Amino acid sequence: MSHAPTSGEPLVHVDNVEKVFHRGSEEIHVLSNLNLRVPAGEFLALMGPSGSGKSTLLNLIGGLDRPTRGTVTVAGDRLDQLSDRQLAAWRARHIGFVFQLYNLMPVLTAERNVELPLLLTPLTKAERRQHVATALAMVGLSHRATHYPRTLSGGEQQRVGIARGIVTDPTLLLCDEPTGDLDRKAGDEILNLLQALNREHGKTIVMVTHDPHASARAARTVHLDKGQLSNGEVK
Amino acid sequence: MKFFHLVWGNLKRRKLRTSLTLLSILVAFVLFGFLCAIKQALVGGVALAGADRLIVRHKVSIIQLLPETYQARMEKIPGVAAVAHQTWFGGIYQDPKNFFMQCPVVPEQFMAMFPEFILPPDQMKAWLATRTGAIVGRKTAERFHWKIGDKVPIMSPIWLRKTWEFDIVGIFDGAKKGTDTTSMFFRYDYFDEARKAQNWGTGQVGWYTIKVQDPAQAAAVAQRIDEEFANSPAETKTEPEGAFAQGFANQVGNIALIVAGILGAVFFTILLVTGSTMSQAVRERIGELGVLKAIGFTNGQVLGLVLAESCLLTVLGGGLGLAFAWVLTSRGDPTGGMLPLFFFPLPDLLLGLGLSVLLGIVTGILPAQQAMRLRVSDALRRM
Repeated sequence: MSHAPTSGEPLVHVDNVEKVFHRGSEEIHVLSNLNLRVPAGEFLALMGPSGSGKSTLLNLIGGLDRPTRGTVTVAGDRLDQLSDRQLAAWRARHIGFVFQLYNLMPVLTAERNVELPLLLTPLTKAERRQHVATALAMVGLSHRATHYPRTLSGGEQQRVGIARGIVTDPTLLLCDEPTGDLDRKAGDEILNLLQALNREHGKTIVMVTHDPHASARAARTVHLDKGQLSNGEVK
Repeated sequence: MKFFHLVWGNLKRRKLRTSLTLLSILVAFVLFGFLCAIKQALVGGVALAGADRLIVRHKVSIIQLLPETYQARMEKIPGVAAVAHQTWFGGIYQDPKNFFMQCPVVPEQFMAMFPEFILPPDQMKAWLATRTGAIVGRKTAERFHWKIGDKVPIMSPIWLRKTWEFDIVGIFDGAKKGTDTTSMFFRYDYFDEARKAQNWGTGQVGWYTIKVQDPAQAAAVAQRIDEEFANSPAETKTEPEGAFAQGFANQVGNIALIVAGILGAVFFTILLVTGSTMSQAVRERIGELGVLKAIGFTNGQVLGLVLAESCLLTVLGGGLGLAFAWVLTSRGDPTGGMLPLFFFPLPDLLLGLGLSVLLGIVTGILPAQQAMRLRVSDALRRM
């Protein structure tokens, strides 16, 4: 079913993708004839105005939605050929998500939140604990492991979100406006962290943002407008 | 188990709502336990009745007496292995509220007929040697703190309207759980002599218990007995002991139906309460459920998490309620003697546990399916 991309082959292929939503009898064309390649190890920023289809494209790449037409291939897997159950397993293995509003479980501590993706693996309790500790250390929050989200600042919550996103060592990290709800200082800390994950650990990151300050941290920025992609500049 | 903290954490999310729902489930299951104990008290005698025993009573009514002379005739009927009689004494010990059954009996015949009453041989010997002697069941002995050697006065409003004095010579136990050990039995000769002296119903007994040689022939033996006394001044009605016990219960009504009706109404209400709680809980968490799916939880796992939450709630409430019921009913008959077989049967306790799980599944399945069918992208928008 899948094969890992070989050296030089893009990790993400988006080919002639269209996405149409139906609202009653009305058709809304969100993405039109979209093509995108993301090489392994790249930090890509997706920019565009509100309603341009950025989050929709991110959802397609992350296997959270299916294109109306076209194909999405990530890590050698054709996502349109996977069933819902297969897609769930695929996401658990390949994708780490970082959300704008952190999306932590309020009833779980920081370490339990980070552990969530690991519950879907065959790791033992001790192994899971080890992975969680490593992830929290990478984001600098080991000392807050037993704290609940309500006692963490926005920046700290987002770092927990990033730890959750990387704890399974996913193939691809997808970030949807990760600094959108943070002040400049906290936002910079998050962007520093994402850059470090990319440069030092080779993480492939696709980040949706409307903030030029955030997109400046990426190696390449592509612009989405009215469902169409313009070629991005490489830094 | 690795998902337990997630399930448990979600239950603790709205502590007040969860506590109130838990409390309503607990109360429902305490009621369940109590009603099972009442049902057991009223119809339990039916299950414990001997399969090889028949009851012979006056055809018109149990309160009509039968001649003592019937015994010799019944003993000659083919299929009859043994005969013993009892009579309702209806005595009062100190206060009418202190109810328990007392019957005059012929000791050897009676104890042979009812092997479920266990009396030590030395106490049996003492009973045979003491005309005013009486044996009492352990429950009643403990209730009134009677011990062997005590003199017990019991006033009978039925027989001679006087106070009778008895010597406690024995305390009997039940061979199995549920055997009634609240009754008192004293010697028939002491009883009948007193009646004879006052010319008051002497030579008359309340009912007979017949042991049949072959339980498969019980119906035929019953018919022969009734035919023997047909067209006599005291015609008889003979029936299996279980049916006789059922007849008493039926005087209250169809106990099983009444209990089922009450419990049905209670559980239906609880179903609505718990179902509402679970529906609210899922509605509040659509975004979080979307996150779980985004992370990689399958539809089945999300369904399982919601069902686990509802089942944990109902099993916790139900388990606590059943435990409370067990403790409360273990204190015995709350009526002061009217329900001697009052206890919460183990099969009903296990049934209660099963019902608590079923309640969790029924109340959780619709919200769980709703969670399962969530589209991830739509759910994430509601975060």
